[in-house]
Amino acid sequence: MAMGEEKKDDLKVRFNRNLIELLSKLSEIEFEDVELSIGDLEISLQPSISVPMTAPPAKIPVQERIKPTKLLEAEFKVPVMEYRGQIVEVQIGATKGEGGTRGRPVIIGGEKTPPYYLFEGLTPHKPVIALDIFDVAPPLARAMREPFKDVLEDPAAWAKKAVDDYGAEMINIHLTSTDPLIKDTSPREAANTVERVLQAVDVPFSIGGCGDPEKDLKVFTKVAEVGEGERLLFNSVTLDMDVKKTAELVKKHNHVVLAFTSMDMAHARELNRKLYDVGLPKDQIVIDTTTAALGYGLDYAFSIMERTRLSALMGDPELQHPMSSGTTNAWAAREAWMKMAPEWGPRELRGPIWETVTAVTLLLAGVDYFMMMHPAAVKTVKDVIEELVGGNKASPEKIADWVSVKI
Amino acid sequence: MSRTSISPIDAYKLLPRTNCKECGEDNCMAFATKLVNREVTLDQCPPLLQEKNRDAHNKLWELLKPPVKEVTIGSGEKAKKIGGKLVMYRHEFTYVNPTVIAVDVTDEMDESVFRERVKGVEGFSYTYIGQELSLDMVAIRSTSNDPQQFGSTVKRFAEISTLPAVLCSFNPEIIENGLMVIGKNRPLIYAATKDNWKEMADLAIMYHCPLAVFAPNDLQLLKSLTRTLLEYGVEDLVLDPGTFPREGYADTLNAFTMIRRLACRDDDELLGFPLLGVPLTVWIGYEGQPEIATWHETWLASTLIVRYADILVMHSLDGWSQLPLTILRENIYTDPRKPVAVEPGLRAFGNPNEASPLMFTSNFALTYYTVASDIESDKVDCYLLVIDTEGLSVESAVAGRKLTADKVAEALKQYNVQEKVGHKRLIIPGRAARLSGEIEEVTGFEVMVGPMDSSGIAKYVSEKWSTQPTA
Repeated sequence: MAMGEEKKDDLKVRFNRNLIELLSKLSEIEFEDVELSIGDLEISLQPSISVPMTAPPAKIPVQERIKPTKLLEAEFKVPVMEYRGQIVEVQIGATKGEGGTRGRPVIIGGEKTPPYYLFEGLTPHKPVIALDIFDVAPPLARAMREPFKDVLEDPAAWAKKAVDDYGAEMINIHLTSTDPLIKDTSPREAANTVERVLQAVDVPFSIGGCGDPEKDLKVFTKVAEVGEGERLLFNSVTLDMDVKKTAELVKKHNHVVLAFTSMDMAHARELNRKLYDVGLPKDQIVIDTTTAALGYGLDYAFSIMERTRLSALMGDPELQHPMSSGTTNAWAAREAWMKMAPEWGPRELRGPIWETVTAVTLLLAGVDYFMMMHPAAVKTVKDVIEELVGGNKASPEKIADWVSVKI
Repeated sequence: MSRTSISPIDAYKLLPRTNCKECGEDNCMAFATKLVNREVTLDQCPPLLQEKNRDAHNKLWELLKPPVKEVTIGSGEKAKKIGGKLVMYRHEFTYVNPTVIAVDVTDEMDESVFRERVKGVEGFSYTYIGQELSLDMVAIRSTSNDPQQFGSTVKRFAEISTLPAVLCSFNPEIIENGLMVIGKNRPLIYAATKDNWKEMADLAIMYHCPLAVFAPNDLQLLKSLTRTLLEYGVEDLVLDPGTFPREGYADTLNAFTMIRRLACRDDDELLGFPLLGVPLTVWIGYEGQPEIATWHETWLASTLIVRYADILVMHSLDGWSQLPLTILRENIYTDPRKPVAVEPGLRAFGNPNEASPLMFTSNFALTYYTVASDIESDKVDCYLLVIDTEGLSVESAVAGRKLTADKVAEALKQYNVQEKVGHKRLIIPGRAARLSGEIEEVTGFEVMVGPMDSSGIAKYVSEKWSTQPTA
């Protein structure tokens, strides 16, 4: 078939299709054995032709068209786009040679294409999963507590269990007890705890504060000193804190900071600008635009992350950072922990699947660093990441006859 | 052309411009604005349906036509529309027609199991912030490969259910036996392949049913089939590029992504159709514990909901699997322009008087609606003070110091709580317990620490409120 012919045919197909749809909406014209062409249509659409609106729906004589007898080829072209921006690469943790004591640092970021658009480019670094541990365990849902029940009183043992038994690639330790409203633990004591856990396992660490903007800075100051060389990730700096002092601290001791804002891209940019202003290099900043649980704001969290990542790739220079997610927040959903009627299944399954679904949703929005809790969710998300970056090839024959498979 | 950048002026120019108000709007410009915002449809303008406006109607329809065709499956009240997508990313506009979930039965199932599964699909119901979540369809698979057995199975289905059906077989004779029973109910025919497309196309045309196209991991073939079928005269197609649960999973997500991008960005009409995913493929050759496969099927389905599936065929019917999926679907398909925060202020629930309980919560929309829906459904008469936490949940707001004793005191004053409430007792959320001392100090109110979750409010109030001494 010559190209000209093919074009004409395509046009006719599209033309007829639209016309038929239009007619089914207007449902008043009757065609009989009409071979349509553009010329005919122009005439038939003259406003002077009056047809009653109450006429029965048109019967389009589809059998009149010339039907193909064999498969018509169509070309599939991979829709590749150009991106001007790239996400910076951020290293967390440092080895002995680099001045720290970690067995292996992690590197996140570096993306040049949207998440797992393998037809445009490979994922430069796999997203990393940290397990959350606490210096003083808060009240936890039973399903969260169960895997760690024998180590809840000892952060070092907790960290070890998370790494050895549950495959944590990093540890995120929450220094919850430093909260003036809880135990008001001193910065010195908190730093001691950090030193202890650093000795227990050799994965990279992030250091979580208590949320009090003033206390966190004091605690971070002490921890940044004792952790000098370890390239810790401080979780987090917020617009409520003294951003300048925090940035100077991170810069001076060569750590990394997590810039946390609450579901607002403008705030995320503002905080990053403040950090840049102090001279903190871009590759020492990870951003977190807030994770809300499935059913409790995940839609906002997802879209803000997706927008943030796409804007960064399109060239927004203030958002080109790896993204972090406090995925453990998934457990804030009552469906994750509450006892419910038996048809909703045991909460021992509901909880971890809630965390898993929250995580994979945000994985597809572009999250590079997950802070998680339940071992089953961690294991699943790791497997999903492996498939997404590894790209094992599909074997069509494996699913070709799914229709008649016996389950 | 981007479907979200159509100007109301473009639409206005094609409207009758008589400002007749038959549509209920004040003038044609207002109707045009709603048209491009997808808040009204063309058929709501009666003059436009007149013969003399045919040309304008045609042009408007072309202008507003979504890049992904909208396809209806089923008939009557339970019919579902799928596709109709205007954009690739939900933040660009909003997604329409939430992903349909179809659960499978087979023509070899015991009658009791069959009935139980169909009833399970029909009976699935969960109230989520005032919304009823439900499952949508039944996929009837021919595993016997016997046309008669399939026909009688479809008959059995039609006797007990009016849900839309997906008829699954690659054998046209089997499909025809099903169509003879419920062809007039517009089931989705699954599926046309490179081997059977002609026969399937004839059936789809004869019964006016939508037709799925299956070309596992071969987008060139998928597109060729689509072209052929359109030219053959089938109008309503649904595309299945194959769902690979393990090896090839990345290809699956990439196929869905590429097809949707080509439809939305490049106006590729051969790929502008709804997408079908089959998380059920997890179960092929699986012999271990069913919970493991259900787990796998659940996360796989969730990623397909995020990455553009318009309809899913699943095997798992367990509540712990379908609950997160139906909620995820609800989340992904809400209007992203909906604000994160609600207006702070004092709200009355039921018929409260000055002795009724007073409690507070955050102004994060989800927190507020959850608390409000619990209070309403449990019929608690009370006042709820919504505090401006800058759209953060109670727990995050306490941690981030957006919810403090001073904030509570300020809100009590600003919203003139004491004009409505004659006592000085305040129930605070369990997640703000650590503020209790400070709140008592700053506000002078007696603080009662309420439940951790608002589902416990009714019980808490009935047990604790009346027994407390009045301050």
